[in-house]
This record gives sequence, structure tokens and C-alpha cells, in this order.
Amino acid sequence: MKRNQLSIKTIVAIGIGAAVFVILGRFASIPTGVPNTNFDTSYGFLALMAIIFGPVAGGLIGLIGHALKDAIFYGTPWWSWVVVSGIVGFLIGLAAKKINIESGVFTVKKIILFNVVQIIVQAIGWFVIAPTLDVLIYAEPANKVYLQGAVAGGLNMVTVAVLGTLLLSIYAKSRSQSGSLTKDV
Amino acid sequence: MFNERISMANERILLFNERIQKATIIRRIFMKKPVIQFENYSFQYRSQTAPTLHEINLTIHDGEKVLIVGPSGSGKSTLGHCLNGLVPFSYKGQVSGSLKISGEDAMDLDIFTLSKKVGTVLQDPDGQFIGLTVAEDIAFALENDCAPQKQMFKRIAEVSKMVEMEEYLDSSLHHLSGGQKQRVSLAGVMVDDVEILLFDEPLANLDPATGKYAIELIDRIQRETNKTVVIIEHRLEDVLHCPVDRIIVVDDGRIIGDMTPDELLASPLLEQCSVREPLYVKAAKYAGCKITPDMQPAHPDTFRIDSCKAQLADWFTNVNPPQPRAKTEVVLEVKDITFGYKPGQRTIHDVSFSIEKGEMVSIVGKNGASKSTLSKLICGFEKPSSGRIYYRGQDISGDTIKERAARIGMVMQNPNQMISKQMIYDEVALGLVIRGVPENEIKERVLKTLKICGLYPFRNWPISALSFGQKKRVTIASILVLEPEVLILDEPTAGQDFRHYTEIMEFLVELNRHGVTIIMITHDMHLMLEYTPRAIVMASGRKIADDTAVHVLADATIIKQANLKETSLFELAERAGFGEPKEFVRRFIAYDRGVRQKWQ
Amino acid sequence: MAVEMLSYIERQSPVHRLTGVTKMICFMIWSSIAMLTYDTRVLIFLFLLSMGVFIVSKVKLKEVAFVLLFILFFLLINNLAIYVFSPQEGVAIYGTSHVLVDIDGGRYSLTLEQLFYQMNVTLKYFTVIPAAILFIVTTNPSEFAASLNRIGVSYRISYAVALALRYIPDIQRDFRTIALSQQARGIDMSRKEKLPKRIKNAASIIIPLILSSLDKIEIISNAMELRGFGKNKKRTWYRARPFQKIDIVTIILFVLILVVSLYITFHDGDRFYNPF
Ligand SMILES: Nc1ncnc2c1ncn2[C@@H]1O[C@H](COP(=O)(O)OP(=O)(O)OP(=O)(O)O)[C@@H](O)[C@H]1O
Ligand SMILES: Nc1ncnc2c1ncn2[C@@H]1O[C@H](COP(=O)(O)OP(=O)(O)OP(=O)(O)O)[C@@H](O)[C@H]1O
Ligand SMILES: [Mg+2]
Ligand SMILES: [Mg+2]
Repeated sequence: MKRNQLSIKTIVAIGIGAAVFVILGRFASIPTGVPNTNFDTSYGFLALMAIIFGPVAGGLIGLIGHALKDAIFYGTPWWSWVVVSGIVGFLIGLAAKKINIESGVFTVKKIILFNVVQIIVQAIGWFVIAPTLDVLIYAEPANKVYLQGAVAGGLNMVTVAVLGTLLLSIYAKSRSQSGSLTKDV
Repeated sequence: MFNERISMANERILLFNERIQKATIIRRIFMKKPVIQFENYSFQYRSQTAPTLHEINLTIHDGEKVLIVGPSGSGKSTLGHCLNGLVPFSYKGQVSGSLKISGEDAMDLDIFTLSKKVGTVLQDPDGQFIGLTVAEDIAFALENDCAPQKQMFKRIAEVSKMVEMEEYLDSSLHHLSGGQKQRVSLAGVMVDDVEILLFDEPLANLDPATGKYAIELIDRIQRETNKTVVIIEHRLEDVLHCPVDRIIVVDDGRIIGDMTPDELLASPLLEQCSVREPLYVKAAKYAGCKITPDMQPAHPDTFRIDSCKAQLADWFTNVNPPQPRAKTEVVLEVKDITFGYKPGQRTIHDVSFSIEKGEMVSIVGKNGASKSTLSKLICGFEKPSSGRIYYRGQDISGDTIKERAARIGMVMQNPNQMISKQMIYDEVALGLVIRGVPENEIKERVLKTLKICGLYPFRNWPISALSFGQKKRVTIASILVLEPEVLILDEPTAGQDFRHYTEIMEFLVELNRHGVTIIMITHDMHLMLEYTPRAIVMASGRKIADDTAVHVLADATIIKQANLKETSLFELAERAGFGEPKEFVRRFIAYDRGVRQKWQ
Repeated sequence: MAVEMLSYIERQSPVHRLTGVTKMICFMIWSSIAMLTYDTRVLIFLFLLSMGVFIVSKVKLKEVAFVLLFILFFLLINNLAIYVFSPQEGVAIYGTSHVLVDIDGGRYSLTLEQLFYQMNVTLKYFTVIPAAILFIVTTNPSEFAASLNRIGVSYRISYAVALALRYIPDIQRDFRTIALSQQARGIDMSRKEKLPKRIKNAASIIIPLILSSLDKIEIISNAMELRGFGKNKKRTWYRARPFQKIDIVTIILFVLILVVSLYITFHDGDRFYNPF
């Protein structure tokens, strides 16, 4: 097998990850109280998957998951935002090696690193790329799309900071370390 | 009438003997080549401190049919994973010793080469299926082999015919019953011309008649294709419905027995490692008969009981019959319930029944008969389209799930859908924590329940490191600990070994004695007879019988309609010439329970 | 929680008979045109054409009505938002200002240009949506993966898409079952709870769902490995369908539409059609 090919596990992670992204995005958005603004929990999940399975998986889960979600529930993918979900997943995934979650240790230093990365990445994605694409593709008014981007981006940052960090620490804990399980009677 | 049946049985014995002899002769000719050879093989999962498999020495020959039995968590699935390459390719850990598959060292093979040699049907029902439809799922291995489409169509047609699924090729996998799913997974490994077929608990979720069919199917395919077959299964008696060459007994990661079925059943080995013996053998042992291999105890038809008829009769008259239960008030009443998952479709038709406080009732019936659906309706997971549900005379149709859950606890069929924590202790404690029980009381109750469910040694483990049967027990524990007034268990004993089965069931009986009402959905006919005096029988969404368990199993039409099976005790009783096989069964159960209560 | 979603609808129609590859290419051409153009003439033409194809496909309006309603609602909100944020966008684009309703001569005065611009925005959605819906409901999901592979996406990624489609209903069912079994343990899911509590409750479903999905990944990749996935550089597809004449004709037709539309749109160096 060539090294640069995706492993079966990564492929399955992309497929199942995209399916979970769809379901979370559709059913597990928590209304903030302000109309039409939700904490979209699927981005917390996306961050987790990107850190576990790396940038390619992160990017594709965002891309495929978002495109499918829009397609099957809303009739048509909103391409500008689909692309950004992919970019966000990919860029967060670049921190995967540094964080090395499989080791089972998720220290404060790593938590800070993770959050710095996710905030920068999402700022680029939601504050800059998404609205710019909206203007380019759909020729929508700039101030409207930039505000939309700012609100969605801000909420996503909070969601990832809370849920993403929580999920990662749970995941790290569930990685039992080598030679740690003994039956104690 | 009786004589007629006996002579029929005798004829069957002759036929069966002939078949065994033929099979043995054929195998003797071909049995030269060993295909699986374990030598001093040990394996330790990376996260464990002790090996899971110790010093395995085992040879399996070409065309042999071998059964592996042993307690839950003893390492059977792990052994299977060594054969198909998941150990060490997917499950990492330390291997020592050697394993040769058709002469080649498994270490030198990659998982793809291995997958051409060993076809596996996995234990976990989730994720078994990959394709969207039946045909695609069966075709999966061929697609990966780059088979041209024409050839695929032809091969799928052949294989699906072999498992009798040719009419379902375009069905979505969600819409199949448990038995049909089993056939698809069999077909999926059959398309590849593998040498070895490995089944990890193929019967766990099948109804008795379908289970019997599955075993016959495996047997037929093996005879037709002369493949080597390895079956891992707790339901020993059900597998022995068709002849098996050898049985391997695994306990605590070691092979403690490797012999023919006749030899094994004559030995005390099964009892020692808590694997359930076939009931007819058990009855004969209780009666004080000495079982020897040449009595051919492997099948009730071949079992030569002439020498112990007298002892059986003696025992029969001396055992005390069980006491009937007194009537109490109704606790749960289901009235004219109708329900469908989709508008316009009907899954349940006008079902009514009532259950008294302190009863223990079974719900039995075919795969897909809507047993699990019924339990979901009672707990409020689904809303009936018409009909009412009463709890102690009060209409609870409008109550929320949470309100109902305060009195009615349910253990679902699939453990993966209930588990929400990572650690075993936390999972079992969850319900108590939500209810705000003080911490020291939580600890006490959780540890007690973990002991009952045989999970105490693992209390600090993550759930991901458990075997399938152990996971199921975690979910049972997490509901038991809440001490509900009514308890619904959906197939509590699927995938459990006999010891844990007994421990869980005896604990339920204990709860029952304190007034807890217990409803059990099960495919295990003996469990039904043994623990639940009453049985509700479902077929295609309708209630077709509501009677004592013994009567249900004495009615041939119900058995046929609901895919049930009478136990081998009936057969034994008939062959021993007892006029009242039902009474024999009842007395056996009473006696057996008495014996097992002493284990604890 | 029986939420409806779009899925394959089996019918006998010329649209269904096209291979997935054809439909995919046509859909991509279609959405590129709709994305690039703001030319009202092109948009109207595309819209009418998509209506025609919809009728040919024998898909009933009733079957996709729930999505359409949702989209109409969304478009309404979106139009309002555009007006609120940029009531003179049309004036900026078309360079003239025909005031219809004068509101103190201020920002929010309604102009013909703005109306025309917003009509175009809406029209843009109206051209894409029927096409997208048709693509989803007339393409067999099994064949879809094969199609992706055929147009050059690696088979591994194509298969990831197939898995996603395969598992969406499963995950949805799991989501529901987990929610129910959590409630049965005593967690209150009612909407009346306060925000922090609601987040906590949501977590009690999401976390098990995610963890069980991670387990699923493990089990499924084992099962796929055991059946030889990823062994070769290529793989064949049981559901793949060969190209027919009608496929080639359709693709040529769509390429023509693409070229003509782009020519009409851009020949004057501006993607907007300016009637003013
Ligand atoms: N992935 C794993 N990581 C660590 N330990 C494991 C893993 N899988 C299984 N084990 C341990 O290995 C032992 C044997 O497990 P195995 O699944 O082989 O049992 P089994 O005999 O098949 O049981 P069952 O009848 O319940 O399926 C168990 O005690 C389990 O804790
Ligand atoms: N969530 C669901 N959505 C739609 N149909 C379902 C759902 N769950 C079950 N069904 C269908 O309802 C019928 C009854 O299923 P149910 O699970 O109640 O059967 P069962 O008697 O428990 O079978 P088994 O013995 O195999 O567990 C089946 O035909 C099944 O396909
Ligand atoms: Mg096992
Ligand atoms: Mg069931």
C-alpha cells in the first residue's frame, strides 16, 4: 500500500463523520434565544474529528457533511458556506499532529493550543472567506453577509470552545493507555 | 400414537447415524491437510496488563466443522480475530508463538490475503452491513476484487439463491428481519471463494426456528462446498442440531477441552466452566445416569437412553412439582393498542393484555413480530395511534417518558444505544446521579449491582474494552440499579454464558419475590419455561396467544406461527415413555433451579 | 421527530433513466451557470427549462413540498434581510435610481432597481432549487458513488460519500433512540429549561451519539477490511450503469446551454442584465 493513500479507517471516519455532521446540524442545534441564531453542535464534532483523524478527514467531513445536510433537508447546497466548513475542518486538522490526542493526554497547554487554532481558523473562515464568497457568487449586499458571518462565526467559536474541548478531553480519557487494565477483584 | 412417534424417532436416528457416518468417512479421506495451526500462541491487547489468550495449541483440518464454546469474556472472539487477521492488524497487541493458515505463517500474510482465505461473520450486529441494499452488500467483496459487472450479477444470483434471498436483492437492509440479515451476512462472505468460514455467535438474535434454519443452512453449505467451518456460540444445544466434528472449550484464554461432541457431553467439563449443557443431557445427569460417549449424547435423536430409562422414571416421580402462584392486583394493562412507524402502515394490530403485580411474563415470537416495538410503546418511546395503557388502573398514555421511567425500567435490545458514559462505574451510576441520590448510597448500590452482573472486577475500565456480552450486562446493571417497579428486559440473555445468565436471572427472581414485576422479551424457549410461568406470543404484530409457557409450547400451531421450538426435554420425555412430557419439563425446571441456587 | 428529508424516489421516467454521471455533470453545469449569471433572460430561461424537466421526471410536487415551503420561507427572510441591510444595492449595481415609494428621500426609499435586483436574487434560487431537488430524488444513492468515481473522484472518497448516505438514516435513528433512553434515565428534555441546562441536556445525547459513532467507525472499518476494501487501485461497482445515447445527447445539450448562457451573460462585460 502506498503511504499517501487514505487508510480505510480514515475513509470510514469521513463517511460516518459526514453522516453524524448532518444529523447534529439538523437536530442538535441549540437555540440561543435570539431568533435564527443557534449553537450548531456539529462544529464541535467537526473539530473533534479533525483532531482525531487529521486535516484530510476534517476537510472532507465538513465539505461532504455540509453539502449533504443542505441538499437533503433544504433542497440545495449553499456552496459558499459548504466550502468554508471544509476549510475550517481542514485547517483545524493541521493541529492534529501537535495535539496527538491518541496519546491520551490532553493538557492545559494543548487545550489552549487547540482553542487558539480553532479561533484563528474560524475567524478566517467565517469572518472573511464565507462572506466574500457570498458576495462573489450570489452578489448579496456586503454588510449583510459580513454581519451574518460575524454572528455565525462567533457562535461557532463558542460552540467549538465548549463542546469541542469537552469532547476532546472525554476522548483522550477513553484512550486507555498501554498496559493499564487489570481486573481488580 | 405414542409408539408411532417413537418409531418415527427411531427412523430419524437411523438416518442421522447414516449421515454422520458418511460425513466422517468423507472427512477422514480429506482430513489430511491442517488449515489452521496455533502453536504456543498467546496474545495480549495493548491496553491490558495480562494476556487474553495463553499458550493456544490447536489444529483444525481441511473440511472440518468446529464449534468453540466458553464463558463470556473468555477470549472466543479474540481467537476468531486472530484467524481473520484483525489481530494484530486492527487490534494492536503483543503476539507470541505461531499461527499458520493453510501452511503459511499468518504473520507473513497481510489482511487482504487473509480475507481471501477466511470469511468472517462478525458478532456485533451494528456495522455488519456496508452496502445500501442486499445485492450491493453481497457484492462488496467482488467489487473490491474488480470483478466485471456481468460476472457479479451472475455470482450474486447464485449466492443469493443458496441463502434463499434472491427475491430481496433490491431491499434496503433496514427493512429485513433478524433472520434475513443473518442470511445476507452469510452470503456476503460466501461470494468470495474462501477456505474457512468463521461465525461469531450467528444465533444470538435469531428466533428459535430461524436459528435452527441458520444452523441447517451453514451445515448444508458446508457439505456442498466442503469448506472448513468454525462457529463460536453460546447456544450449544442449538448448534448441535446439525453434526459437528469437534468442540473446543475455551476458558479464561486457555483451551481446556478439544474433543468430539459425544466425548464432551459425557465429561464434566461444560459444567465446570459454566457452559449450558443440552437439557436432555442435563436431565439424564440429574437422574443419576452415567453418560458415556457411546450413548451418543450429541443429539437427542441419537441419544441412547435405554440404560437410564428406569433412573429417569425414578427421578421423575421423586421430584417435587413446583407451586402455583397466587393471584394479585393488575399493575400494567395494555388495551387495544395499534401502532405503525409510518402513517398508513400498521406494525401492531389491536394488542391487549394485562399483567399482575409480581408476575414474570415472557413475550416471545418471530424476528420482526414487533416485540421490541411493543416494549417501546409501554415506555413511551413511541406513541400508539390508538389504544390506552394503564398503570395500576391509571391511564398513563399521556405521561412523558421520564414519568413512566420512574416506575417502568427498560433494558433495550441493542446495548450500544443505551451506553452514554465511557467508564463502567459512571454508566451504572448515571440514573442515580440524575435522581440526586447521595453519593455514598450511589456507591454502595452501584457496586452491589456490578457484583450481581459479574462486572465488579472491571469497574474501573472503559466500556470500549469489554466483550459484547459484558456490554450487554452493563446496560442491565444500569437499569437494575434504579430498582423500578416494573422491569422490561429485551433479550437479556442474548450472548451471555450460563453462569451470568443464571446470576442475572436469579437476581431478577429475587427482585420478583419482593414484588417487582418482570417482563422479558426472549428467543430462549427454555428461559421462558424456566422463569416465566406465563407467555405472550406475538406474530406479525398481533397477539396470538397468552397462556402458560408450558401450554404455549405444547401447541403445534402456535409453535409454527410464531417460529418457536419445543425443548429437547419434550423429546426426551417422550422417548423415555413418560405419558406427560409437560409435567416432566416442569419438574425438571423446578429441580434444576434448586440445584443452581446452590451455586451462589 | 419524523422529520422529512429528500431521498431517492423510484419512478420510470427519462430523467431517472439517465446515468448518475450524466445527472451529476448536468447538475454541475446548471449550478455553475446559476452561480455565475445574473442575467435575467438567462435565469428565466433556465427556470422554465427546469420546470419542464420537473414535469418529465414524474416527481410529484407534493412529494417535495415540505422542502419547497421551507425554501420559500427562507427566501422571504433573506429578501427582507437584504432590504434591511442594503436597500440601495440595486441602485449601486444598475447605476440609475427610479424611486417608487419615497420615504423622506432616505435610505429606505423603495426603488425599481432594488426590486429588480431582489427579483433576480430570488430567481437565481428558483433556477437552482428544482434542479438540485431533481438531482437528489432521481439519483439512486448507490449509483451516485459509482458516478463520483467515474467522473474522477477517487473511489475511496466516493465510497466515503456512499457510506455517509448509507448511515444518515441509521444515525438519525440512533440519535432518537439515545434521546429516548436518556429521558428514561430521568433527564428532562422539555423546551422550557434554561439555556445552560438545555446545553447540558443536549450534551447528554450528543456525547453518546458521537462516542458510539466512533465505535461504529472501528467496527465498520474492520468489516470492510475483512472483505478486502482498498486492496486494489481500482474497484468496480455493482450499480454502475453504462452510458446510453440519451446520456451523450443530454450532456452535449447542457454544454451548449452553458456556452450560450455565458456568452449572453458576459458579452457586454457585466454579469448583470441592465434594462434601465
Ligand atoms: N479491544 C479490546 N481492548 C482491550 N481488551 C479487550 C478488547 N476486546 C476484548 N478485550 C478483553 O478480552 C477479553 C476477551 O474478550 P472476547 O471478546 O474475546 O470475549 P468472548 O469470549 O468473545 O466473550 P463474549 O461471549 O461475551 O462475546 C475480555 O475480558 C475483554 O475485556
Ligand atoms: N425505528 C423503526 N422504524 C421503522 N420500522 C421499524 C423500526 N423499528 C422496527 N421497525 C419494523 O417494525 C417491525 C417490528 O420490529 P421489532 O423490532 O419490534 O421486532 P422484534 O419482534 O423485536 O424482532 P426481533 O426478534 O428480531 O428483535 C419490523 O418489521 C421492523 O422492520
Ligand atoms: Mg465474543
Ligand atoms: Mg426485538
